[in-house]
Amino acid sequence: MKFKVIALLVAFISLIAACKSDEQQEFMRYYNGGNLLYKQHCQNCHGAQGQGLSQLIPPLTDSVYLKTNREKLSCLVNYGIEENVVVINKKAYQGSMPATDLPPVDIAKVLTYINNSFGNKLGLINVETVEKHLAACK
Amino acid sequence: MRNVTLAALVLLTTFTACKFNDPEKPKLPIMGQRDAVTRVVNGKEVVDTVYKTIPAFKFVNQYGDSITNKSLDGYVYVADFFFTTCPSICPVMHRNMLKIYDTYKDVKDFKIISHTIDPKHDSVEVLKKYADKLGISGNNWWLLQGKKEETYTLGQKDYLVAVMQDNGAPGGYVHQGWFVLIDKDKRIRGYYDGTDEKQVEKLSGDIKILLDEYNTAEKPE
Repeated sequence: MKFKVIALLVAFISLIAACKSDEQQEFMRYYNGGNLLYKQHCQNCHGAQGQGLSQLIPPLTDSVYLKTNREKLSCLVNYGIEENVVVINKKAYQGSMPATDLPPVDIAKVLTYINNSFGNKLGLINVETVEKHLAACK
Repeated sequence: MRNVTLAALVLLTTFTACKFNDPEKPKLPIMGQRDAVTRVVNGKEVVDTVYKTIPAFKFVNQYGDSITNKSLDGYVYVADFFFTTCPSICPVMHRNMLKIYDTYKDVKDFKIISHTIDPKHDSVEVLKKYADKLGISGNNWWLLQGKKEETYTLGQKDYLVAVMQDNGAPGGYVHQGWFVLIDKDKRIRGYYDGTDEKQVEKLSGDIKILLDEYNTAEKPE
């Protein structure tokens, strides 16, 4: 009897763990892919710790900015920024950001990485979300 | 035969011991092409080695001041090539150069010079703005602007680094991220990849070695 209960309990826990790991695996797939893409496309300017560069290049550590502009992030990565002022961590940064030719899936990966690194904890941004946001770019 | 081996071993040990007891100060190599020049001193022929040196130049810095090779007399300096709109390696180079700037900004015989390879866009005004945003002030780090040909020749022929315009390259220019270390005699003493944090750390140590070289030499025996 006791053995049966334990076996049932183990089975139950494994099931939960398996469910969770499915979600987590998807997240990790995006995050790890994003890490690589970040190094290739973003790190030179924004830095290995997302620290930016003095007043020249904004850091990527402003969780409030990332959260409130979540729907615009895909557009920014895709089309870049044309000579404009952005306020990050209450400081104004003036300049441009080059556009990229990354496909939506890579934009999703790199955004997932940025939104969950450098002190940010804003969860997964998947390819469907990015495609939706890109369709609404102005 | 056996005695010879033994003698050699003893000799070797002695040398090693000597070296161990008398650690030589580390010295940086002198780089670039060198020539041997023979001259006559007191009726005897003497061969001198003539090292490659950085020749005369004339540029303008971010304050609009005229800067020539003479402005760097008596300074150990680091030179690099960049442009303010560079989307590729310049930000990482200057993030690393800032560490050198911060470490040595109170050293009176050290300077940094950054030549813009896009003088058309990078006017004195643009360079000053860049300097302000980068967070540098004073006269320890000059951003230099001048004739494009002069800058390119200086880079290619004298600092021996690649600089050229190429509309196919990111931002329109090809250039490498070298930091070049120059001594007070205007000789090249080291090349460091300015995009590599480890190499920039080595540069920081080598600057100290080079400054020590002069400080020791200047002291009376």
